[in-house]
Amino acid sequence: MIYDDIARRLQEGDEDQVPRLVSQALAHGLAPEEVLEKGLIAGMNAVGVKFREREVFLPDVLLAAKAMHAGISVLKPKLAQEGLPARGKVVIGTVQGDLHDIGKNLVAIMLKGAGFEVVDLGKDVPPERFAEAAEKEGAAFVGLSALLTTTMPVMAKVVEALRSRGLGGKVKVMVGGAPVTQDYAREIGADLYAFDAASAVERAQALARG
Amino acid sequence: MGLLARLRSGEVLVGDGAMGTMLMARGLAAGQCPEALNLGKPEVLAEVARLYIEAGADLVETNTFGGNPIKLALYGLDSKTEEINRKAVEAARSACKAMEASRSAGKALVLGSVGPTGKLLKPFGDAEPAALFEAFLRQAKALIEAGADAVCVETMTDLEEASLAVRAAKTVRPAIPVIATMTFDKGPKGFFTMMGVGLKKAVEGLKAAGADVVGSNCGNGAENMVAIAREMRGLTDLPLLIQPNAGLPRLAEGKTVYPESPDFMAEKARELAAAGVAVVGGCCGTAPDHIRAIRRALKPQL
Repeated sequence: MIYDDIARRLQEGDEDQVPRLVSQALAHGLAPEEVLEKGLIAGMNAVGVKFREREVFLPDVLLAAKAMHAGISVLKPKLAQEGLPARGKVVIGTVQGDLHDIGKNLVAIMLKGAGFEVVDLGKDVPPERFAEAAEKEGAAFVGLSALLTTTMPVMAKVVEALRSRGLGGKVKVMVGGAPVTQDYAREIGADLYAFDAASAVERAQALARG
Repeated sequence: MGLLARLRSGEVLVGDGAMGTMLMARGLAAGQCPEALNLGKPEVLAEVARLYIEAGADLVETNTFGGNPIKLALYGLDSKTEEINRKAVEAARSACKAMEASRSAGKALVLGSVGPTGKLLKPFGDAEPAALFEAFLRQAKALIEAGADAVCVETMTDLEEASLAVRAAKTVRPAIPVIATMTFDKGPKGFFTMMGVGLKKAVEGLKAAGADVVGSNCGNGAENMVAIAREMRGLTDLPLLIQPNAGLPRLAEGKTVYPESPDFMAEKARELAAAGVAVVGGCCGTAPDHIRAIRRALKPQL
């Protein structure tokens, strides 16, 4: 089955075979949405699960993401004609004062891999900027990352900034990063906590399903 | 006696504990560049080093973990790389000198700390190896010329980046002792770094790059470190350095708390020494009290 081949090559991080197989699938008349869902996204989900189980590591995820990207660029013109499957938009960033972005980038990659539209604000992002972007982009949720115990409290300020714009409850807040815990998420009024990139995607998918 | 001679003599050495928490308690604000203190308040660094030496540390690390120009550039401080690293060595050295008279044992030594750049090398990220090497070279040169007794490459997760840092230090001065440690997580298949480097690959790769001492720092607490040390001991003849976190941080009433007590860490330090570890210190969440307890456990006679 070509979907399985795509998913397998994607997991291997094969940047050449993935776009080739995607073209082949389209040439056979398969629907672009199905190629995306059953091939690329299925492959990326499998990478996410293996990453969490520590069967594969960060380099494998990054290479898989590159292969995913190569596949998407073949699909994109076709998907644009028929409309992208709407999973929702996500605004993501590392909070103010924190310059660590490897984890945040990984979550962004995995969310894109799962079909979300990701607006990445980068690192050292002030609370107001998150709220502003969430409003402007019509984001379903905001993803906040912090590696430092000293910058973690900025997450609470983002929750406040969203509330003061009247977005409290409408735009969900997902938090994660090494020092962040479920208890902490609850304490600051964040809606979702993700232990790692794979659970960030799972939480996001559950949220998108409603 | 230098670091390697002391290790060869069979002496077990005690490292120092965390730097960040000590600096925060002395006015370092959240989000501020910790190494910026080296320029404005070097006396704070000297005080921290003195507290650790008083507690019994044989080795004190410089406040230069983020002192490579790539990391410093995030704060617009890359042009100050040389000064930041030099002042950190001078501050630690002044503490060693001030404490000399009160120490019956050998002098405390200064380790020049070198942490990761925060960049991912190609093909996983966009960093070129040559750019990372240049950055490490500049930092190592400043540390070594300022008189660091050894360079400590630490908290690495990518073997290639760690190797570049080790090589940079050895390029500056082939005889400078270089310690290299990586941070491992426990998974179903054993211990691996975030980048998927296992213990065997780590010790062999770090040795090939020129490291004189290898080991592990940071991580999930002292218990895992004992397992890492036992496994590493079977994989290399090089001396081992282990600096565990005081467990994983928890938040209690808005404050960060590390769960492992000085007594618990002292007990684990004994197990580490029994496993053949040559240097035991602490990482995140450890304070002078932890180092004091480790000292009593490992070198009660001094």
